[in-house]
This record gives sequence, C-alpha cells and structure tokens, in this order.
Amino acid sequence: MAKIFEVENLKVHFKLKGTFGSQKKTVKAVDGISFSIDEGEVFSLVGESGSGKTTTGKALLQLVPYTCEKMLFKGEVIENSKVGLKNFRQKAQMIYQDPYQSLNPRNEILDIVSEPLIVNKLTESEEDRLERSRIALEEAGMAPGEDYFFRYPYELSGGQRQRVVIASSMIMKPDFVVADEPVSMLDASIRTGILRLMMKFREETGVSYLFITHDLSLAWLISDKIAIMYLGKIMEIGNSDIIIKGAVHPYTKALVEIMPKPGQARLGERNVLEGETPDPTDVVEGCKFCSRCPVHMDKCAIEEPPMIEVEPGHQVACWRAMK
Amino acid sequence: MKLLEVKNLKTYFTIKQGTVKAVDGISFDLDYGEALGLVGESGCGKTTSALSIAHILPKEGEIVDGEILLEGVDLAKMSEKEISKYRWNDVSICFQGAMNALNPVMKIGEQIAEAVMLHQGLHEKKALEKAASLLELVDIPGERINNYPHEFSGGMKQRVMIAMALACDPKIMIGDEPTTALDVMVQAQILNLIEKLRSEFNMGFILITHDLSLLAETCDKIAVMYAGKIVEIARSQDIFEHTSHPYTDKLIKCFPDVTKGKLMPEGIPGTPPNMLEIPLGCPFAPRCEQVCNKCRQVAPELTEVGNEHFVSCHNWEVIANG
Ligand SMILES: Nc1ncnc2c1ncn2[C@@H]1O[C@H](COP(=O)(O)OP(=O)(O)OP(=O)(O)O)[C@@H](O)[C@H]1O
Ligand SMILES: Nc1ncnc2c1ncn2[C@@H]1O[C@H](COP(=O)(O)OP(=O)(O)OP(=O)(O)O)[C@@H](O)[C@H]1O
Ligand SMILES: [Mg+2]
Ligand SMILES: [Mg+2]
Repeated sequence: MAKIFEVENLKVHFKLKGTFGSQKKTVKAVDGISFSIDEGEVFSLVGESGSGKTTTGKALLQLVPYTCEKMLFKGEVIENSKVGLKNFRQKAQMIYQDPYQSLNPRNEILDIVSEPLIVNKLTESEEDRLERSRIALEEAGMAPGEDYFFRYPYELSGGQRQRVVIASSMIMKPDFVVADEPVSMLDASIRTGILRLMMKFREETGVSYLFITHDLSLAWLISDKIAIMYLGKIMEIGNSDIIIKGAVHPYTKALVEIMPKPGQARLGERNVLEGETPDPTDVVEGCKFCSRCPVHMDKCAIEEPPMIEVEPGHQVACWRAMK
Repeated sequence: MKLLEVKNLKTYFTIKQGTVKAVDGISFDLDYGEALGLVGESGCGKTTSALSIAHILPKEGEIVDGEILLEGVDLAKMSEKEISKYRWNDVSICFQGAMNALNPVMKIGEQIAEAVMLHQGLHEKKALEKAASLLELVDIPGERINNYPHEFSGGMKQRVMIAMALACDPKIMIGDEPTTALDVMVQAQILNLIEKLRSEFNMGFILITHDLSLLAETCDKIAVMYAGKIVEIARSQDIFEHTSHPYTDKLIKCFPDVTKGKLMPEGIPGTPPNMLEIPLGCPFAPRCEQVCNKCRQVAPELTEVGNEHFVSCHNWEVIANG
C-alpha cells in the first residue's frame, strides 16, 4: 500500500522563555515518534490533554519547527522552499476543533469557503469561484449552496459551521487532512452527520486523515489504525480492533478499561491510574509512563523501551512486551 | 420526604424575537444520595433547568410556573431575599470548562478561601484551613493551596472547581457537563470523586451531559429532554434496555459501542427545533420515523409505561417492542 506520510523520530521541542534569572525550560511536546499513514487511511492519534497530538499534526503540516530523521509526503521530501511549501499546502489541510473560533466572524460564508482558492490564486473567474463554492457547500450537506453565500458564521448552528470549515478545506481537493477534534464541540446528533461527511469524502476522493481525538470509542469507530500517545511519545500503534480488544501496553489497557460503555452499569470503582502525568518540562529518564505504570519494573525507570513489533502492524513500546 | 421535587417547572426567556420556552413543564424528583442524569441535544433546556433549581437565571429568564420543592420548601416562589439563604448553601453547580475561570495570578487556596468567606462568612485564616481540607476531599494534598493554577493539570483544576462547589456542604450538586473535553482517565477520576462524595455526604447529584454513554454507569435515573420537555424518564438500565421514545432510541444509536460491531451511527434526521416556534403536537414529530397524524396535532402526555418509567409518545409501543 502506498504511503501518504512516513515519519521517523519526529521531535518538536519548545523552549520556554525563563523568567529573569531562572533556568530556561524545554517542553518536549513531541519527543521522537515514528509512524506511517497509508493512502486513504484514517489514522487516529489518541491521548490525554498535552500529550502532543495537535503538535504532531502541526509538524506534519509544516506549521511548527521540528527535527526528524525522515519525513516523506507521498514518498518525497517536502521541499522547504516557498514554492514547495505552497504546493504542499494545497494538498494538505487542517480542520480545527472549534468551529466557533476557526471562522472569521466578519467574513461571509462565500469568502470563507473560497479563501483557499483565492490565497492559492486558483480561480479563473468570479463565476468559477461561485460555482466551486456552491459545489463545495452542497457536498458538505448545505444545499442549495448559494443560499448560504452571504450569511455570517453567527447565523449558523454549530454543526453548520463545522460543515463550512470542512467545505473550505475540501475545496482544494486535498490528499491529506489533519482533523483536530473536529466533532468534540458538537452534539451527538450533529456529530454523526459530520463524521459521515468526512467518510464520504474519503470514499469519493481517497483523502487520508490524521484524526486527533481524546475519545477512544470514536477513534475505534472511524479509524483503520490508532496510535496512543502519552507525554510526547507513542506507546502503542495497531489497527483499531487490536487496540480495543488486544492492547498490550499497560497505558492502553488502562484507557480501554475505563472507557464508558453505553448501556452498561458499572460494578465497583473505576480503576484510575495513580498519580499525575509528569510536567512536560521535567526530564523523564526511562519510560515516560513509568511513574504511573501499575506493572513497572526497575529497568523501566532507567532505560526507555524501544518500539517493537509484536505482530504485523502492531507496535508497542514497553519492556514487558519484549520476549 | 424527597430531597428535591420539581413539579411542572416552566422557565421562559423573553427576548425581542419572542418567548423561548426553554423549560416547558418538567417534573422529576431526586432522593438523598441519588444521581439523576439529564441528557439531550444542545439547546433543549438542560442548563436552564439547572439554573432554575439553583435560582441563578439571567435577567431575561423567569420561572413562570411550577414548584421546586427542596425538602418540602418551595423555592420557585421565593423572593430574591429569601432565596439567597438557599443559593450555594443547599444547591451548588459546577459548570463545564469552569476550570478556565480560575484566576491565573491568584493562589488556588486563596481562590477557594474567597468562595468560603463569601458564602459562609468565615475569617481568612479559618477559610484557608477549610480550603486545604476541601482540597483533601477532592484527593489533592492540602499543602497545594499555595500553588497557582498553571501548576495544576486540567483534571486537578476541574477537581478544584468541585471543591469550591462543595464549600458550603450542599445538599444537591449539579454538574453541568463537568467532564466534557476531558480525557477518559481524568473523566473517570472526577466521576469516582463525585460518587465518593455522594455516598459520604448523602448528597443528591444531577449530571447534565449530552454524552449518553456516561450516564448508564453514573446515574440511577436518566431524564431525556427534547425541546424543553422531558420525553422519557426511567431507571438507567430501563432507558437502555426498554427504550420507549423514538428520540431516546436515535440518541442511543449515536454512540459507538465497542462491544458491538463497527457501524456508522445513523444520526438523527432533520434539524433541532426552533425554540421560538415549537409546532403544535409532538415537538419531535418533524424528525420522527414513527410519526402519525395524531402526533402532528396532539402533544403526547408523559405516561407511565413501566415501573418508574415514563414516556411521552403516542407510539411508544412500536419502539418498546423493537
Ligand atoms: N507554542 C508552544 N510553546 C510552548 N509549549 C507548547 C506550545 N504548543 C504546545 N506546547 C506544549 O506542548 C505540549 C503538547 O501540546 P499539544 O497542544 O500538542 O497537546 P494535545 O495533545 O493536542 O492536547 P489537547 O488535547 O489539550 O489539545 C503541551 O505541554 C503544551 O503546553
Ligand atoms: N439568556 C438567554 N436568553 C434567551 N434565550 C436563552 C438564554 N439562555 C438560553 N436560551 C435559550 O433557551 C434554550 C435552552 O438553552 P439551554 O442553555 O438551557 O440549553 P442546553 O440544553 O443547556 O444546551 P447546551 O447543551 O448547548 O448547553 C435555547 O434555545 C437557548 O437558545
Ligand atoms: Mg490539541
Ligand atoms: Mg447547557
């Protein structure tokens, strides 16, 4: 299967400005992760707040400075020139979490949807712009498209706003989309429509998604593969059924166990992990999960476990998984 | 006597476009130590119900009818002056994203102490001691009163908000989406905490959410709201196992169930109702697959269809029998 993205040892470190006299600290937001995404695949990144999901997405889209051993988009290095980046940006788009903030309140829907066309100078005429915007809106489930052209975001519901966001990112016919919590602000009923829309685009255009979420059951539902992140590291990658039904990493197992399951009454207390996630500026030796791991060994605090393949397509970074 | 009895509560907002019947005749009760889940689409009136019970409605909003009996005393008809004694002391609310409301340049302990001083009239020193013990109650070491919010994780901050809501030993605590936007681990931590407090203090708890999957394992009873009304209310298991309202049925099917096969949810067809113009008849009729002529003309009443199980639908048997 052809790969849309291949990433090896990706790191994004932010230097914090120290207050006067104090030492400068570094946030290791993403600290050496490797994965690849197949063409047409939905690849989910799941992890707690601050684990580095958004930063990973931004790094792939060349929106934050990063280092890596390898980053290939469709098998090629992303050219770090103005033209190279411009070409790349047409093929790779981002959908943000909050449809209330990602739309400029002073712009009409038509301008919002057609903005990528304008920015990339891709429209031949005004008619062309109107026509393509109309089609984009209608494909996003807002028909007739022209009825929405001259409305403002505040006149639309949350679900409609998120459709506008999607219409605007799909108008470029991208090959790759980073969807950062695209439905977490939306109601269950609207959510389904948006997810179906995203999957419809995948079927029609073969677009690949990096889907960012903290909702494991949602990730399971829509993705082919899931990667579990903790403190800037990937702990486990596998196809979505393996992650839910055959997880190996103790962190993944803990997450799956406490997932709320609709309709099921709970017996006894939820098994919450002890302690708190370390501060991202702390230096953590060994496995990043060690301080909260219920089954850690002496070795775990000293040496970081490498990512190993436990079965084809299923990788885990845990000393316990080594045989 | 029940801890709380809400009878035919109606809360309307008057705005220039007309009247929003945000809560339009809801009834339920809550016992000591019991947890009730309130679930429904955005805009169906969940928050307004909570604000009515706690008597902190914005000025456009007014309780126009009904009773809110707290240990038998009707709060609905009380004057502003009479109610101030009950507000916070007996009913407290913890809001969604409340943790973002913490003041970043003020120590955690001072912020809790401020709430304690305001509502209980304690002196600063005593209030700080109370702040430390409240932190302990939510499983955060008392000495951390000297930390600033940025030194706390998201989950810890949300627990601080719960600590504040507990400052006056309320009889009822309302969580309005208290765990939305938090990851499963932090969510579980908060829910454990709430359960602990509920049994320790025999406190009544109302959990407001649009995430149905949370409710089965957290609440004793679930009330499903649609367009300002309760359309189905029952013991949690019955809501899932003997679903009887078409809206509840659709809502349940919106949530992925990892114990079942991967099936993209069907969603709920149509659009949420315009709260300014609720149509004649059943408000869900325009979106309902079981709709019949009667539904478009006569609004169904909430009727008992099983033990402690109430539904308002003319065709509930179609859903209940699958
Ligand atoms: N520009 C920045 N400067 C400094 N630190 C940053 C910056 N952006 C992100 N961080 C830090 O990097 C870490 C990872 O952040 P990131 O936003 O990627 O997390 P996330 O997994 O997307 O979390 P959430 O679920 O809350 O969105 C966090 O500790 C965050 O505070
Ligand atoms: N201050 C207000 N003035 C006018 N209308 C209001 C006001 N507050 C709420 N409403 C309206 O009352 C109805 C119920 O709102 P409410 O906030 O109770 O809904 P909710 O169920 O809590 O929704 P959500 O899940 O989005 O929080 C909505 O139609 C809303 O637009
Ligand atoms: Mg993020
Ligand atoms: Mg609300």
